[in-house]
Amino acid sequence: MEEVDVEPAVTNIPAASDGKHLGFAWGPGDILVYETLYKASGTCCSFIHEVRKDEDIYSPNLRKLFNESHHIFVGLQTIREDLPSKNKKPQFVSISKNYRSVIRACMEELQQVAASVLVLQVSILLAIELIWNLCESLTLSGSLLLHLLDWVRLHKADVDEKAAEVLQSESPAEHHDYWDVVVSYVLQGRLEEARQMLVKQATLHPAARKMYKLMDTLLSKMPFYNPGGTQTLTEFDVKWRHWHGEVNRCLQDNSFASNQHLEIICKIIVGDEDTLLEHKELLSTWYHFLVTRLLFSHPTVKPTELHYYAQSCMTMFLDARSVPEPLDNILLAAFEFDIHQVIKECSIALNNWWFVAHLTDLLDHCKLLQSHNLHFGSNLREFLLLEYASGLFTHHSLWQLAVDYFDNCPEFGRVYLGLQIEHIPLDTERKALKVLRICEQRQMSEQVRSICKIMAMRALRNNRLGSALSWSIRAKDAAFATLISERFLQDYCTRGTFSDLDLIDNLGPAMLLSDRLTFLGKYREFHKLYGEKRFSEAAKLLLSLMTAKIAPRSFWMTLLTDALPLLEQKEVGHRAHDNMDKKRVLSSLSI
Amino acid sequence: IMENINAKYVSQKISKTRWRLVSHSSLQQPDIFATGSWDNEVNKISFWSIGNHGGSDTDDGFEGDPQLLCEYKHDGDVLDLQFLDQDRIVTTSSTGAVTIFRHHQNSQTISVSHRWPRAHRYPCDNAPCTGVVCSSPEIVTVGEDGKIIVFRADQEGVIRVIENADSSTIHAVTYLRTTEILTVNSIGQLKLWDFRQQSDAPSQILSLSGDRVPLHCVDRHPNQQHIVATGGQDGMLCVWDVRQGSTPFSLMEAHSAEMWEVHFHPTNPDHLFTCSEDGSLLHWETSTHSDMPSFLQGGRNNSMISRSAMAPAGGNQSLISAWLSGDSSKGRLETTHMLPSQTLSVNSLDVLGQCLVCGTDGEAIFVNRQVPV
Repeated sequence: MEEVDVEPAVTNIPAASDGKHLGFAWGPGDILVYETLYKASGTCCSFIHEVRKDEDIYSPNLRKLFNESHHIFVGLQTIREDLPSKNKKPQFVSISKNYRSVIRACMEELQQVAASVLVLQVSILLAIELIWNLCESLTLSGSLLLHLLDWVRLHKADVDEKAAEVLQSESPAEHHDYWDVVVSYVLQGRLEEARQMLVKQATLHPAARKMYKLMDTLLSKMPFYNPGGTQTLTEFDVKWRHWHGEVNRCLQDNSFASNQHLEIICKIIVGDEDTLLEHKELLSTWYHFLVTRLLFSHPTVKPTELHYYAQSCMTMFLDARSVPEPLDNILLAAFEFDIHQVIKECSIALNNWWFVAHLTDLLDHCKLLQSHNLHFGSNLREFLLLEYASGLFTHHSLWQLAVDYFDNCPEFGRVYLGLQIEHIPLDTERKALKVLRICEQRQMSEQVRSICKIMAMRALRNNRLGSALSWSIRAKDAAFATLISERFLQDYCTRGTFSDLDLIDNLGPAMLLSDRLTFLGKYREFHKLYGEKRFSEAAKLLLSLMTAKIAPRSFWMTLLTDALPLLEQKEVGHRAHDNMDKKRVLSSLSI
Repeated sequence: IMENINAKYVSQKISKTRWRLVSHSSLQQPDIFATGSWDNEVNKISFWSIGNHGGSDTDDGFEGDPQLLCEYKHDGDVLDLQFLDQDRIVTTSSTGAVTIFRHHQNSQTISVSHRWPRAHRYPCDNAPCTGVVCSSPEIVTVGEDGKIIVFRADQEGVIRVIENADSSTIHAVTYLRTTEILTVNSIGQLKLWDFRQQSDAPSQILSLSGDRVPLHCVDRHPNQQHIVATGGQDGMLCVWDVRQGSTPFSLMEAHSAEMWEVHFHPTNPDHLFTCSEDGSLLHWETSTHSDMPSFLQGGRNNSMISRSAMAPAGGNQSLISAWLSGDSSKGRLETTHMLPSQTLSVNSLDVLGQCLVCGTDGEAIFVNRQVPV
């Protein structure tokens, strides 16, 4: 066996006492565990425990996530393969944004509920959206740095909150958080906003006007690379170095020495790492530090260089004692463009396959995932979708979503669906009809027969013969139709009359489903004809019933008994042919 | 039309949606609707508001999500739901129970007003109660046990039971006249019952010739009481004249799977709405020059065209078969898809005034406030 990636988590079974043996059985999404003795007799705990890894699936708040993302997933699968990639790319980006907005919507709702147990769920969703957003940004064309800046800004909402608070105060420039806000803006590359804030400070200190003007100029002249524009990368690089040199000169000249805050800002925009690290609290995460550092030191960073900076930033930012968390490792893998590692780490860290399944599927559609086949035949995308869908299938309600996921797993989806769909409990006819429709649409005839048989048996047990027949018709189950007809005929024999006439009188073409059923219908017709005193037609029908040999043997005596009164009727005419048939019947009876 | 409709995800599969009644005289648009869920460990009934207060709304049909007013636990799937009056609804359950709930508007709470716990049952099992119709204080229910039961909202016991009304499951019930009801069953029969008669037999049985396709829904024309529409397992829309003959005179291909509900528009009966397991909701509209809508003129004089606002997903089959020879352009029938494609089954719909609400197995509710009627 291969080495494990992480130590397996230990789950204690509460009611099982120490030193006892545990037996277990795998279920589709869980394990059943029970105490057991290896002796012939003795007492032991009589509970069965269900151990389940994925609790999220039962969270009422996350259900919206599952349903909305299912809708997006199905839409994604229908994007036509043959479209040129330049048409597909914007669609994929839009779909990625849709997924993320669904995550955000779910998160916002959870935050409003504000129960303590949900804090963990919120933070997981936050992390998921962060990772997804990063993956999306890294695949976009254009300036990598600008995308990363967007990413960081999106996930650092507290700056705007603080800024709003400061601006709404009596004298913003004297607010205790004022400089924090300005520095935060600079760290995020939001220089325009930083300048606007600084103006307020400048008006308070007219004596230092020149200094503020200088800072304003430096901030306004910082070049940003726009890949869509006419400027080439080289031209930008030259401009940037020029600007960088200018800022450096200001530092060397001590232009800002008299104002500690402006001096700090100057050091930041020149890319001084120590100054950046002094503001860990404002940066709050190592990836913010990374992006800021890149912005002010290496604005022309190439994707291939990204991982080097990421690794070093993480090391610099985190204390020697603090261990990187799973999220950190995932982000690092993303910066290294190692999608497989991202997925692997996420699979381990998260309870639920939702995230990795949908992200992998999207990346696969974008052709960003080299599909290598796993040991068990399917590729990574399919494996994750199957795992996710199987988990959904164990849910009492979400199983319907799982069907579409299985449909889009070409190798094993059908098999998985076929096996699991038979285990759905069918409490009402309505539910059985829905499950049947799913099976029929996929030509799963075995499952159709099985479900119809279950429903028909249940109906029969409750003496609902019409329902039972309706199910047999759906499954085209001749054997069952025969069984039902037998029941009717038995009823007739014991009671002397037919029950459920509304059914037998209106069988229609269903009558042909089985011989016994045909006989039943015709026999009832005979009774009707007799009741209406149409004796010659009744006699003809009776004769044909006897000669066609569809009557069960047990019924022949009854038929003959029925024939007796007819013989006494004067209107019944006999033709020689009929006589011969009667003799034939009588002779076959005597055998 | 598609822009006016948005999904609200509600974390429960919706089996039924119904508008609260508004008085016919006022021009008010409906404001409140009730929903029932199914297939949950804990099912619920819920009341929602779309915030229409009084007549004039802005041009923008979509003003915001339906807001949840209150909800209440429901034992078993909600298989049918009807408003008894402004404050009370009747629900039928997969446990066979029939329950009246009262919505207290002031406190936005719900309480159980009355309950008949095992109204529909087998000797040793529960029988789901599949349909209800009411005309206060009378309530009529039907179930998988083939019984028809009549209750009165203010009385404890049961007024009348027709024990073996049907040998198969009765899927839906509706009033034909004040003393007559219609039921549809899973062997494709439409039965009329006259409560003035003592006997427990139907006064009339109608069915399609040919296959006994189970029927799931039935609705009566609001003005012409002999005209009835049904839908069933094969997704066909049938229109019947119960005075004449025992077979429908109008058959239209509508959906590619079970049709769950059919509704004539209560005040504009030239419009008909159907919803189905195949995830679509269709709006049928006739534009005839005669007084009678084309689908009521019988098969002969119509030509039907299909005009979908959006192509069905996957480019599948056409919905309306070009029907009938003979004299065309006496009447035209147009159908429109009202939902974005690729939804799961639409289980229920209701339409009142210009407002339409529907619920799906994708755990979403759709509201359209500008239905073109």
